[in-house]
Amino acid sequence: MGKAWKFGHDIDTDVIIPARYLNNSDPEHLAKHCMEDGDVTFAEKVQEGDILVAGKNFGCGSSREHAPIAIKAAKVKVVIAESYARIFYRNALNIGLPILECPEAVAGINAGDEVTVDLESGKVENLTQKTSFQARPFPPFMQELINTGGLIPYVRGRKKNA
Amino acid sequence: MIGMSMTITEKILAQHAGLEEVVPGQLITAKLDMVLANDVTAPVAVKEFVKFEVDSVFDRSKVALVLDHFTPNKDIASAEQSKQVREFARRHEIEHFYDVGKVGIEHCLLPEQGLTLPGDLIIGADSHTCTYGALGAFATGVGSTDLAAGLATGEAWFRVPESIKFVFHGTKFQPWVSGKDLILYVIGKIGVDGARYQAMEFTGEGISALSMDGRFTMCNMAIEAGAKNGIIAPDEKTFAYLEGRSKRPYTVYTSDPDAKYAQVFEFDVADIPLQVAFPHLPENTKSVQEASGVKIDQVVIGSCTNGRMEDLRMAAQILRGHKVHPHVRTLVFPGTQEIYRQAMHEGLIDTFIEAGVAVSTPTCGPCLGGHMGILAKGERALATTNRNFVGRMGHPESEVYLANPAVAAASAIRGQIAHPEEVV
Ligand code: SF4
Repeated sequence: MGKAWKFGHDIDTDVIIPARYLNNSDPEHLAKHCMEDGDVTFAEKVQEGDILVAGKNFGCGSSREHAPIAIKAAKVKVVIAESYARIFYRNALNIGLPILECPEAVAGINAGDEVTVDLESGKVENLTQKTSFQARPFPPFMQELINTGGLIPYVRGRKKNA
Repeated sequence: MIGMSMTITEKILAQHAGLEEVVPGQLITAKLDMVLANDVTAPVAVKEFVKFEVDSVFDRSKVALVLDHFTPNKDIASAEQSKQVREFARRHEIEHFYDVGKVGIEHCLLPEQGLTLPGDLIIGADSHTCTYGALGAFATGVGSTDLAAGLATGEAWFRVPESIKFVFHGTKFQPWVSGKDLILYVIGKIGVDGARYQAMEFTGEGISALSMDGRFTMCNMAIEAGAKNGIIAPDEKTFAYLEGRSKRPYTVYTSDPDAKYAQVFEFDVADIPLQVAFPHLPENTKSVQEASGVKIDQVVIGSCTNGRMEDLRMAAQILRGHKVHPHVRTLVFPGTQEIYRQAMHEGLIDTFIEAGVAVSTPTCGPCLGGHMGILAKGERALATTNRNFVGRMGHPESEVYLANPAVAAASAIRGQIAHPEEVV
């Protein structure tokens, strides 16, 4: 169970982790500045297991993998958005940050709501409002990638089988 | 060829996946012709690369490492990052390693050096890797882990994108209108996620009439509409550009006339006025007239979007014989050393300095709020760069407006956003 943090549409990677902090790629350093230009209190107040909820096109902009790394290192359990920008989506799966696409859940969760998410089934429950939602499952290839723990084990596994 | 009709994007992906044909939505594994990273993304990729437990990169002639973001190193932390990349480049004898003195902004540099060619499949750990589509290549941005996999295996997985076709009719551009205005206009129409996961194919008489520099600018900003890649079929101008640059053979692909598109947009270039994108998204476009009078503190001319010869010439043409407004810090960043030198030969650097402009060695610098021109709280810049996100150029409460180099130069003189005709 975690508390929901809510953000709007087109949250770009400069908001998730501003470029001024990219002179250091240490995850702890990145976590300290996560979402800083969107909500300066986020990095300080976010608790392990909290949930980041956002509108359409989350993670647009730069290809910096520092963005999902910062969110993961901030101990966010999962991101739920209406949709994701392409490179962010790829990066999140590659580094093992769980992300779900579910416009209904985004509409049905307010900032501060207590939410539980079952990553396997994609079931999202809003305990505060006593509602639940079903996120879209990943395409099979993506699921395989996630199951093997991200891109590196996946590629290494493939090479061994080849 | 018998078989399905395909778009240029589909043909390049099919060929690199060793397949006769591909369809949108298909997942493929494809061979890479060039793999790129910079001083921000390479350190993360290098860390991941080690986990593949391979002795060397897949092909040291197909890797480009460009230290352009925080260089010349802005502080100790960025110096450490550059050092990691430099050591990796030396250990793996990377052929195309660019350090201070040789470095240029990656997306100006690679095409100039002939490292990206028509028909290539290129990934870069930088979102503006899509720039090379202007040469008729498939080029897309990825993160550092995908890049590490590419470095180790020479392959990457892709979902074949649907294509959207943008046809620009006519060649009667309004005065000072450039590739930047065309692409801002498109982003204003379709929005920052209007082409999400898709290929943007630019075509028509208007595109044929554009210079290569203008085409690079257009494909550069495809990512600003969420696209996977931007692409323009090669033509005589492409071949002329490649003369003396390309050092290996290349393949020219074009879309079949009956290829399938998810959407087709048609514009007449005569209808497109000079554009300005308002904070804080590139889709917030208006005509320069509507932006006229907005006071500015800084003007930045350069970046991988507009740091090429045509851009500097355009800016110099307007600045010649003028002084920039005393309240506007004006910065010019040539894209590469070659561009810098050419600008010097043509007297453009003199023009800039006489006008009161600061000219810098090639670097990403202010474009990403890195260094060399950071904005304070409440300050406003007009830039020829590609992103005007919150905090992009400095303080989260600063603002960035985007425009072409002619508008930027005119605005620098007037101290407020201005149409070039106000000063020439
Ligand atoms: S000039 Fe700006 S947009 Fe281009 S590569 Fe550098 S930081 Fe990125």
